[in-house]
Amino acid sequence: MYRVLKRELIVPNIHLLVVESDIIHKNAQAGEFVVVRADEKGERIPLNLIDWDKESVSMLFMEVGTSTSKLAALKSGDAIATLAGPLGKPTEIVEGKKIVCLGGCYGIGALYPVIRMFKEKKNYVTTIIEGRSDYLLYWQDRLKKYSDEFYEITRDGSKGFTGHVNDFLVDHIKEKGADLVYVQGCTYLTYLASQTTRPLNVKTIVGLNPIMVDATGMCGVCRVIVGGETKFGCVDGPEFDGHQVDWDTLLARRRIYLGEERYSLSFYECERYG
Amino acid sequence: MAKKIVPNKTPMREQPPKERAKNYDEVPYGYSEKEAMQEASRCLQCKKPICIKGCPVEIDIPGFIRFIAEGNFRGAIEKLKEKNVLPAVCGRVCPQEDQCEKICVLAKKFEPVAIGRLERFAADWERAHGESSMPKIPRSTGKKVAIIGAGPGGLTVAGDMIMQGHAVTIFEALHKPGGVLVYGIPEFRLPKAIVYREVDYLIKCGVTLIVDFIVGKTATIDQLLEDFDAIYIGTGAGLPWFMNIPGENLNGVYSANEYLTRSNLMKAYLFPEYDTPIVRGKRVAVIGGGNVAMDCARTALRLGADEVHNVYRRSRKEMPAREEEIHHAKEEGIIFDILTLPVKYIGDKRDWVKEMECIKMKLGEPDASGRRRPVPIEGSNFITPIDTVVCAIGQSPNPLIPQTTSDLKIGKWGNIEVASETGKTSKKGCWAGGDVVRGGATVILAMGDGRVAATSMDEYLKTGVW
Ligand SMILES: Cc1cc2nc3c(=O)[nH]c(=O)nc-3n(C[C@H](O)[C@H](O)[C@H](O)COP(=O)(O)OP(=O)(O)OC[C@H]3O[C@@H](n4cnc5c(N)ncnc54)[C@H](O)[C@@H]3O)c2cc1C
Ligand SMILES: Cc1cc2nc3c(=O)[nH]c(=O)nc-3n(C[C@H](O)[C@H](O)[C@H](O)COP(=O)(O)OP(=O)(O)OC[C@H]3O[C@@H](n4cnc5c(N)ncnc54)[C@H](O)[C@@H]3O)c2cc1C
Ligand code: SF4
Ligand code: FES
Repeated sequence: MYRVLKRELIVPNIHLLVVESDIIHKNAQAGEFVVVRADEKGERIPLNLIDWDKESVSMLFMEVGTSTSKLAALKSGDAIATLAGPLGKPTEIVEGKKIVCLGGCYGIGALYPVIRMFKEKKNYVTTIIEGRSDYLLYWQDRLKKYSDEFYEITRDGSKGFTGHVNDFLVDHIKEKGADLVYVQGCTYLTYLASQTTRPLNVKTIVGLNPIMVDATGMCGVCRVIVGGETKFGCVDGPEFDGHQVDWDTLLARRRIYLGEERYSLSFYECERYG
Repeated sequence: MAKKIVPNKTPMREQPPKERAKNYDEVPYGYSEKEAMQEASRCLQCKKPICIKGCPVEIDIPGFIRFIAEGNFRGAIEKLKEKNVLPAVCGRVCPQEDQCEKICVLAKKFEPVAIGRLERFAADWERAHGESSMPKIPRSTGKKVAIIGAGPGGLTVAGDMIMQGHAVTIFEALHKPGGVLVYGIPEFRLPKAIVYREVDYLIKCGVTLIVDFIVGKTATIDQLLEDFDAIYIGTGAGLPWFMNIPGENLNGVYSANEYLTRSNLMKAYLFPEYDTPIVRGKRVAVIGGGNVAMDCARTALRLGADEVHNVYRRSRKEMPAREEEIHHAKEEGIIFDILTLPVKYIGDKRDWVKEMECIKMKLGEPDASGRRRPVPIEGSNFITPIDTVVCAIGQSPNPLIPQTTSDLKIGKWGNIEVASETGKTSKKGCWAGGDVVRGGATVILAMGDGRVAATSMDEYLKTGVW
C-alpha cells in the first residue's frame, strides 16, 4: 500500500494527488507516467507524472469514472493499492527550438514537467492552456515560470482568447513560427491540434491515452496505429507524432468498455452512497 | 512378477462438465487418501526407474510414490520437496504425458502410473495437514541476491538462495507475485491460493518481495548491480504476438495475455464487484492450439459464451496443449476447428469485430519443429460470424530489460542468451532462465533453469569466481 500525502481539488473535477514513493523519482523523466490502483478491487489506470521528489510523486487527474471517483474520495493518510512507475518513453529531448505547448483539462497539469524540461534545455517555450471557461483553467503561475510566452483560451470568452484552439494555433504559428508543437489532454484535443498543424507542416507530438492494463508491454490492449504500424502505447509511447496516428482506430478502441464503464460507475455510486 | 498390474489409472473425480463450465472452481477434485494409495500401489518400484529421466528436476518418483503406498504422506511430500519447491503447482500443470508418464514402464502396455495426480495429492495433503517444521535458515553470508520476476523460475531461485544464507529480494512488475501462474493460468485450473501460499512460505523464510517494481524503468539492472552481488532474470515471455492480418485492431479482438490478465489477475469475471471489465462475447473464436488457447477458450465459456471455437492451423495431433486440457475443453463443449487459419477480421459500423474469414489448411512436409507444416488450400476461404476473438498464437520476451541493460547478449527472438550448464548470461553477476531464455516453455523447465542458476550463483557468491 502507498500512503496518500495529499488529495486536493484544483478546479471542478480535477484533482491533485500526491503519494509517498521513495523510488520513482530516481529514474523519472518528463513525459512518463505511473499506474495506480485505488484499492484491491480497483482497475490499473495510467496517470501522467506531474512532479517528483525523494519522498513522493504527484499526479493530476480528471474525475470521469469509477477509478478516478475512488481516487477523488481519498484523504491524506489513506492509502492506494498500487503505484508503479515511471512508465513509458520520456518526451524526446530537443534543444534550442521554438516549441508551442498546448494543454487542456488534465493535460494542463501534464504539461508542467515537460515545459520545465524544454525550458532547461534552452528552448523558446510558448504555453497555451485551454478550457470551456475560466474556472477550469489552473496553474497559470507554475506554467508561466517556464514559459517565454503564455496564453489562455476559453470557449465562452471568460478569459484570454475567445474561441477554439485551432484558430488560435494557426494564427500564432503563422505569425511567430514554430519548430515543434507538443500537446497533452483528451483525445479530442490531441486530434484537433494534429489536424490543425498538419497543413502547416509543423511536427506535432501528442500524448495519447489508449486504454491500458499492465502498462509494461505485456497485454497489447494499448495498441495504436502510427505510420501504418501497430505500436504499444505503453512502451512505444505514450507520445507519438500526431500526423502519423490513426485517429479512427484510437477513438474506436477507447470506446470498447463504454457500457461497462457506465455500469461500473453506477454500481460504485450505489455502493458508496446507497 | 507376482503382482497383477491394474491396467488403468485410478480415475480422478471431477466437477461435471455442464456445471463447471459456469463456475471458476477447480475442475478435478484430487485423490482421496484411499485412491492415492491405490494408485501408488500400481507403481512397480523399478530398480532403474526411467521415469526419473523424464523429469526435468529429477524427482525421486518411486521414492515419493512408495511413501504414499505405505500411507506415509508426510514422507511423500518431504521426498518431493527435496527436488521440487512447487509440487502443488507442478502436479496440476506439468505436461506429464510428455515427461515422466510418457516413459514410465507401465506405459508400454497399459496406462502409466498417474505420477502427476500423486504429486498433487501429496502437496494438497500437506496443505490440509499443515507444514512440516520450518527449515533452518543458515547463517547469513552477507551476500545480496536480486531476483527479477516472481514467476515459478524466480521463486525457485529465491528458495534455493535463501537456503544458502544469502539475502534475497524479488522485484516484480505487477501488483501480485506468481507470474503466469497468477496472471495467465485460470483459477479453475490452478487456484491462486496455492501459489500465494508458496510465496508466503518464502517470505516466512526471509525473502523480501517488492511488487510494482519494473526493472528497466523503476531501476535498471545496472543500477541494481550497485546494491546486489548477483541477479537472476526470470522475467518470462510476456510480449504477445499478433498475426498481422487485417482487422486485428478491431474492438473485440484480444491478445491471450490481455484476456487472461483481465480475467485472472484483475478478476474481471467478478465485474462489477471488481472494477476491470471484459467483453463477454457470445460467439468467441480462440486462435492457437496450446495451453494458453485452451485456457482462453474455457474462460470464454465461463464468461457466458454460447459457442466457443478453437481455431488451429494444424491437426489435433500437433496441438501442443496438455492432453488433459484438450480433453477438458472438449468435454465442456469447445468446438475444435482444426486445419483452419484466420486470414482477416471484418468489423461492423462501430468498429467491432463481426465476422472472421478463414482458410482451410492441409498438412505438408515436416518443418523445423518436426511437425508437418500446414499449407493453405487455395480457394477454401469461408466467413463465419464471431463477436470476440482471442489471439493465443504465442509470445516472446519483453524487450524492456534487453533494451536497458548493458552487455547483455540477446538472441534473435529477443531471448536472453545463457550458458545452459550454468544459466550465466554474458553479463558478469547476471543469470537468467525460464521463458525469457526459452521463449514460451513450461513451469517445470523454468524451475529447472532456476535450480541450475542457483547452484552456479551460490558457487560464484562463495568463491568470487565468475
Ligand atoms: C499514458 C496515459 C496517461 C494519462 N494521464 C492522465 C492524467 O494525467 N490525468 C488524467 O486524468 N487522466 C489521464 N489519463 C486517462 C486516465 O487513465 C483515464 O481517465 C482513467 O483511466 C479513467 O478511469 P475511470 O475508471 O475513472 O474512468 P472510466 O470508467 O474508464 O471512463 C469513464 C468515462 O470517461 C471517459 N474517459 C476516460 N478517460 C478519459 C480521458 N482521458 N479523457 C476523456 N474522457 C475519458 C471514458 O470514455 C468513459 O466514458 C491517461 C491515460 C494514459 C493512457
Ligand atoms: C495461459 C498460460 C497457460 C500455461 N499453461 C501451462 C501448463 O499447463 N503447464 C506448463 O508447464 N506451463 C504452462 N504455461 C507456461 C508457463 O506458465 C511458463 O513457461 C512459466 O510460467 C515460465 O516461468 P518464468 O518464471 O520463466 O516466467 P513467468 O511465469 O512469465 O513470470 C515472469 C514474471 O516476471 C515479471 N516481470 C516481467 N518483466 C519484468 C520486469 N521488467 N521487472 C520486474 N518483473 C518483471 C512478470 O510480471 C512475471 O510475474 C502456460 C502459460 C500461459 C501463458
Ligand atoms: S517407471 Fe513407472 S512403474 Fe517404474 S518406478 Fe517410475 S512410475 Fe513406477
Ligand atoms: S497496457 Fe498492456 S501492453 Fe500496453
